[in-house]
Amino acid sequence: MNTITPSQYLPETPPGRHFRAEKFDFWSFFFSGLTGLATLFILGILAVILLNIIINGWSGLSWHFVSTIPKKDFFDVHTTGVLPMIVGTTIRVFVMTIFVLPVGVITAIYLTEYAPNTSLITRVIRAAVNNLAGVPSIVFGLFGLGFFINFVGKNLDALFHNPGAVWGQPALIWAALTLAVMTMPVVIVATEESLKAIPPGLREASLALGATKLETIWKVVLPQALPGIMTGGILAVSRAAGEVAPILFTGVAYYMASLPTHLTDQFMDLGYHVFVLSTQSPNIEQTRPILYATVLVLLMLTFALNIVAIIIRARVRKKLRALG
Amino acid sequence: MAEINLPKVNLPEAKAGAVATGVPLIEIGQLSLFYGPSKALKNISLTLGKKIVTAFIGPSGCGKSTLLRCLNRMNDLIDNVRIEGSLKIGGHDIYAANVDVIELRKRVGMVFQKSNPFPKSIYENVAYGLRLHGRQNKSELDGLIEQSLRGAALWDEVKDRLHSSALGLSGGQQQRLCIARAIAIRPEIILMDEPASALDPIATTRIEELILELKKDFTIVIVTHNMQQAARISDQTAFFYLGELIEFDTTTKIFTNPAKKQTEDYVTGRFG
Amino acid sequence: MGIQRGHRARPLEWLAEKFIFLVSLSAILMVFLIFLFVAREALPIFFGRTDTALVQKVIPPDDMDKLSSAQLQLYLELTPQQFAAMDKETLKSLMEVKQEQLDEIPANFRNDPDAHVNTTEWRYLLLPHQWSGYDRPEYIWQPVGQIQKYNIIPLFVGTLKVTLIGLFFAVPLAVGAAIYVSQLARPRVREIVKPTIELLSGIPSVVVGFFALLVMATVLQKIFGYQTRLNAFVAGIALGFAVIPVIFSIAEDALTSVPRPYMQAALALGASRWQTAWQIVLPAALPGVFAATVLGFGRAIGETMIVLMVCSASVMSWSIFDSARSITTTIAAEMAEAVSGGPHYRILFMLGALLFAATFISNMIGEVVINRFKLKLEGKR
Repeated sequence: MNTITPSQYLPETPPGRHFRAEKFDFWSFFFSGLTGLATLFILGILAVILLNIIINGWSGLSWHFVSTIPKKDFFDVHTTGVLPMIVGTTIRVFVMTIFVLPVGVITAIYLTEYAPNTSLITRVIRAAVNNLAGVPSIVFGLFGLGFFINFVGKNLDALFHNPGAVWGQPALIWAALTLAVMTMPVVIVATEESLKAIPPGLREASLALGATKLETIWKVVLPQALPGIMTGGILAVSRAAGEVAPILFTGVAYYMASLPTHLTDQFMDLGYHVFVLSTQSPNIEQTRPILYATVLVLLMLTFALNIVAIIIRARVRKKLRALG
Repeated sequence: MAEINLPKVNLPEAKAGAVATGVPLIEIGQLSLFYGPSKALKNISLTLGKKIVTAFIGPSGCGKSTLLRCLNRMNDLIDNVRIEGSLKIGGHDIYAANVDVIELRKRVGMVFQKSNPFPKSIYENVAYGLRLHGRQNKSELDGLIEQSLRGAALWDEVKDRLHSSALGLSGGQQQRLCIARAIAIRPEIILMDEPASALDPIATTRIEELILELKKDFTIVIVTHNMQQAARISDQTAFFYLGELIEFDTTTKIFTNPAKKQTEDYVTGRFG
Repeated sequence: MGIQRGHRARPLEWLAEKFIFLVSLSAILMVFLIFLFVAREALPIFFGRTDTALVQKVIPPDDMDKLSSAQLQLYLELTPQQFAAMDKETLKSLMEVKQEQLDEIPANFRNDPDAHVNTTEWRYLLLPHQWSGYDRPEYIWQPVGQIQKYNIIPLFVGTLKVTLIGLFFAVPLAVGAAIYVSQLARPRVREIVKPTIELLSGIPSVVVGFFALLVMATVLQKIFGYQTRLNAFVAGIALGFAVIPVIFSIAEDALTSVPRPYMQAALALGASRWQTAWQIVLPAALPGVFAATVLGFGRAIGETMIVLMVCSASVMSWSIFDSARSITTTIAAEMAEAVSGGPHYRILFMLGALLFAATFISNMIGEVVINRFKLKLEGKR
């Protein structure tokens, strides 16, 4: 036998060498520390922003604050309130949901259950969805103005022979539709994710019993995917509630004396109000409490929704893991 | 030929003419299947009669599951699959253009390797197929569901918790639930794709006993990689290798006196 | 067997499938419509059909019939719909009004070369011009006043300043954190940190802008001691805050999707975790990290509210410590005052169309890179 042993070809082990780290790896430590610091820094920013707003805004919160319709002078501490802004934000987001959920879910169903993977149309649809996700919010605002208001609205007015502009001007419905187009990718992605997580065995079982594809989707797949769809809806709502740029030209108003009641009404909005208060405040020091309180209300609204969505998503993941 | 040592089990009586009795139920004529360019099934011809158990055996990748899935056109779900030849059930070519696949699947049921009960209650699992095909009346459903669960030898174990989740059952129970679900709609043929391969020996035995009961009412085709299982429960056996049908005959003959050397080699465990 | 019925047996099913397909096409329709209707309002600018020169050749109302309807519409500065809606009488009286307007221009102003300039010509949109009262050519965006100046270069510079500052701030932080969370930290840490940073993306940009305006501006001024409190630097950093979660998310996904065998091979040879991350994983994930940056860039140039709240003036300056107006904030701030259908309005839409094109392209690049990266990891390339 002519085998060589490792000791014949490995260099001589210097005496006293053990298997513990002799040299302290400086660069490893340094860069690991650096990246760790980067992580901490980011988390720190988040904490600072949240804490700053909570601490400064808490004192301004009151039942009176959230339930009063303010007078035209927003800066009068005694008469100010944010009720119309809360209502406006909530209604526009609600109307948006009515449009975006069906269209988004149906598109996701097509992409997951029906679309042949290699077809050109499928890839174009996916590319379109990805692009929609990347369009700047102000461009959506321009789209709302150029398409919904100037085209659809004006033509509707012509159709109904309205004397003045009823549909052809900024309105709740157009803002809601614009937001629906903007948040469609969010709903589609969340729904697709939840559809893909359902094991294919379930679909096979249903089909083997003689169910049609539609019946399978309606009776077996969708009920399972419901929590995921809800997550998508909640995320879309949270995102839309915080957006200001798309509603600037499509329906938000600086001041409305009463709450919006028709789809053609304009509305006030929390985010827009924050913007207005911040950039037009006569005396920042005096109006600080109102500013912070308004921001806090907005933050509570969007954050609460975000956290609910994350919790639902985590629960669903756990449940589906048990299934598969 | 070498003596094959099979465990001492009562082989079902090889009924004379079991291979071709009366009107054959399933007639496969020169069937070939292509996944894209590659030929997975090569000119299979096979005739199966009614109310008997046929086993498809062969090493992994020989095409037995693929052929099984042709019988209820589940292969339609895969992209790029092409069929040549004919497959007739009850005299009708099921790959003809005017065939309603949904109807077909009501007549040809399937039980899968990995049990896949719906995440619903036991009751709802069995009711699903019944409701699909028009049964709505509650008392009617109750009766049919009990019948199916009894037929699947599961009734006694679940009769007190029909409305609890099916996912709470053991693996063997879940598979029997899938069988109950399949027989509830009274198909003529039941296809089983390695139904016991994921189960422990005791659960496996129960499934095998069930199959022997079921064959009084249904025609069963079962794919199995467990030769002893095939020997225990089937009347006829078809041996496949690399997409071709090597030999098809009564089970007794295949396991005691196979005609082809390949069959003998596989059955005695020399390969596979 | 009674199974011959074929497709026709289930028309409802077939209809439903077609319906589902049609609804899915809406995504493509949306993208198309957005570009169409935004560019539509801007078309006159693209084709040079607007004229903002104050002093124009007077056309007497009596000569109205000598003009073609296109020329008349242009002269009277009407949109096609307005023009079509008016009868001859109205048009004639409009011409008389215009003649009066032109006659009223004071004589000394008439001699001002600026008054004859069509400020919406491409030459003035892009190149510097020496306006009266200035001692050298300048890039000026100033849509208010008698002579409206529409040079868009200051806006591009503003956008670039703020975006680049944002990226310089965000990319190292986000990528560093991504490396840490994905490669160096314990899995438990990843489970907590990842969703928390994603929470940062849940903060509306109005709120970030608010924070920047009220808190950051003062703090940063104290630290760096520059003149203007509300400048591009502050806006850039705030923009970075908003963009960090996007870059982090995608980069972290890219790093995590590098197959474990690569890392395990390196570790088994005795490399430290950092060496493995820096020398093996990061280079393998580089396309994904690059794509993350590109997508972050797209998000940054599209951001409106943050810069809107921090900066107000449009100053053509390369200094980051001066104020800056970006394309998005200009559109947001000035659309309300722009006359519908007028040149200002159209130029704002044109800016929107350009912005859409820019994000479209950067999105496509990011997509293609990520796809190639995924295929490479799966061994298909």
